[in-house]
Amino acid sequence: MKTTQKSKRKLKLVKHLALLIAPMFFVACFNDKKEEAENAAEIPVNQEMIAELTAPPHVPTPVGTRKAKKLIVKMEILEEEGEMTDGVKYVYWTFGGSVPGSFIRTRVGDEVEFHLQNHPDNKLPHNIDLHAVTGPGGGAESSFVAPGHSKVFSFKTLNPGLYVYHCATAPVGMHIANGMYGLILVEPAGGLPKVDKEYYIMQGDFYTKGANGERGLQPFDMQKAVDEHADYVVFNGKVGALTGDNAITAKVGETVRLFVGNGGPNLVSSFHVIGEIFDKVHVEGGDMINENVQTTLIPAGGAAIVEFKVDVPGTFILVDHSIFRAFNKGALAMLKVEGEEDKKVYSGEIRDDIYLPEGPGIQTMPTTDEIVASEVPAKSFEEQMEFGKQAYMQTCFACHQGEGQGIPNAFPPLANSDYLNADVNRAIDIVLNGLTGEITVNGEKYNSVMTRQSLSSDEVANVLTYVYNSWGNNGTVVTKEMVEKVKNKK
Amino acid sequence: MKTKAFSLIIFCCVFQTFLFAQTEGMVYIEGSRYLPLYGRDSTVVEVNDFKMDVYPVTNKEFKQFVEKFPKWQKSKVIKLFADDSYLSNWKNDLELKDTENPDSPVTYVSWFAAKAYCECQGKRLPTVDEWEYVAMADETTKDARVKLSYNAKILSWYETPRSNENLIGQTPKNIWGVYDLHGLVWEWTLDFNSVLITGESRKDVDKDSNLFCGSASVNATDLMNYAAFMRYAIRGSLKAKYAMKNLGFRCVQDVNEKK
Repeated sequence: MKTTQKSKRKLKLVKHLALLIAPMFFVACFNDKKEEAENAAEIPVNQEMIAELTAPPHVPTPVGTRKAKKLIVKMEILEEEGEMTDGVKYVYWTFGGSVPGSFIRTRVGDEVEFHLQNHPDNKLPHNIDLHAVTGPGGGAESSFVAPGHSKVFSFKTLNPGLYVYHCATAPVGMHIANGMYGLILVEPAGGLPKVDKEYYIMQGDFYTKGANGERGLQPFDMQKAVDEHADYVVFNGKVGALTGDNAITAKVGETVRLFVGNGGPNLVSSFHVIGEIFDKVHVEGGDMINENVQTTLIPAGGAAIVEFKVDVPGTFILVDHSIFRAFNKGALAMLKVEGEEDKKVYSGEIRDDIYLPEGPGIQTMPTTDEIVASEVPAKSFEEQMEFGKQAYMQTCFACHQGEGQGIPNAFPPLANSDYLNADVNRAIDIVLNGLTGEITVNGEKYNSVMTRQSLSSDEVANVLTYVYNSWGNNGTVVTKEMVEKVKNKK
Repeated sequence: MKTKAFSLIIFCCVFQTFLFAQTEGMVYIEGSRYLPLYGRDSTVVEVNDFKMDVYPVTNKEFKQFVEKFPKWQKSKVIKLFADDSYLSNWKNDLELKDTENPDSPVTYVSWFAAKAYCECQGKRLPTVDEWEYVAMADETTKDARVKLSYNAKILSWYETPRSNENLIGQTPKNIWGVYDLHGLVWEWTLDFNSVLITGESRKDVDKDSNLFCGSASVNATDLMNYAAFMRYAIRGSLKAKYAMKNLGFRCVQDVNEKK
């Protein structure tokens, strides 16, 4: 009697086991790709969670080992004026008030309930196409929302990877060109491997009525966009979004992971970090990992995850290595690494050739003898300082840095500079005509190249006045006449 | 004087079918055939002669209307005909908020309300074809769509915030004598949703759906007229009960005698 009961129990157990195992057999019948999708679609969700959204360059907390959940994403669309670069205003259309839009972090199997809210002050209808969505239009059709309204739709994340989202309302190109793009990350079960630092960077090209640097509120220029003649190519929506005080940071020995996207609308990015080699690149944001990569191509409407360990301290420059975009249109960001030097890895004595591959010949802007003088000449010392600062931030900042401190071994400081204060005419001459070769500034030797700057006499006067009246310099006021005098000597 | 005006309105509403003479503040639009950006198979459409309001309807005018017709007052309107944003820039049923100007265009009005307003005056809302026909004119030309300046001006308005707070009549008068079609607020049209835009603008190029929207559209008759794309997009996003901050209206009237 006892034994039969036991065997019955056993039989039950086997039956249960068989039931459990059976689906696995079914799944195994499908090909590999299908299997993943099928599995992902069947991942059960329990519990609700409000998604953490972050403005660039920050990313939300990693998913870690959490189970798939119902994730509520509330994204507000704002049309608002911002600053493209100093003195240049632009009306951005944004997801969540930033360009790129808020970063969304999910894991595979999450059921995302997406609330798209179009602010009542907005003029236009918008929608969202998330490349992470499996479904017609990526959600665009279901999310088409008039100003002052909110639309809700939901989707399940089936494929892990880093995906672009963008607005897809007509005219699509214009909505994207005005900044309506961002990234959504779908992490695999268990999450991506842990790293020390994670950042969010997205490139975009902008088309303005006025030329690069022209002051004032600049409207979008449809013709330039159609012709693909970008005035600005920038990381995170504006020139200098990630330079100077806004630079991203890490410590020596840390592993940095960058989620890099390209919103376009037109240009493909040759993403490169000067002085680093990517240990790992999730090619095109997918599963394939390439190792030891110098420059990775990021298509418009595409993304990549790059990882590297920083071994030495210093400032590392992130660029679109389609290099004119970096130095002339704004596609330049900085990663500042602090910590102990490692002379084995990098001696520090050889001159920093960050900017040298391009050489002076290439970087010189084609100039005519008549450079168009800026439309509004400075009327007072205060205006000279203001305009001078704008010119400085556009022209000098990348090398000489925000506080005129320069970059050790590469670019001499302007702050408290004996070389600068010694001779104002020499300084004017250098801005007008450039300087190559060894000089000594505050006791340090520099052997580098500064190209001639295509600035009008007014602008040279302003920028030098700004420099001479900042950071402990001797307060010289440079006038247009002084500049003309030096100009005409030659 | 006031009572006289009211009695005239009542008179008009009662006898609207007999009266087509109320043309104050309207101009004559000579009809014609033209090729719209979108439309039925992208063919030429014909617009008959009609009269159009010179200005969009103002807050002040709409106030007179709700005084006369309480069922369109903020607290009394039937929810089916106007969503919660209806007249949300009004303090109460009959008063604007202090920040609003009586001579600004009325906004936060639903299609139903706009339609009722026009009908009460023996008028109606313009059709999309009529509206676009008059709106393609600039100060000197009846069809200015080929001019770069025309498109640039309109696009720049789309990027200007808070223009709904401006007063009527401040934009240049077009060749028909009509003001503010561009540069102030969006305007309701009678058949605003007849050109369906699904919201998935790239799919709209599909001929089956007879929708020609989106930057990828190869069917649009005027590929560069992005300004118009945006008008059709906003219309496509609307429902008749919506009331929006940047959306007002004006009326038109048929001209009966055949030429």
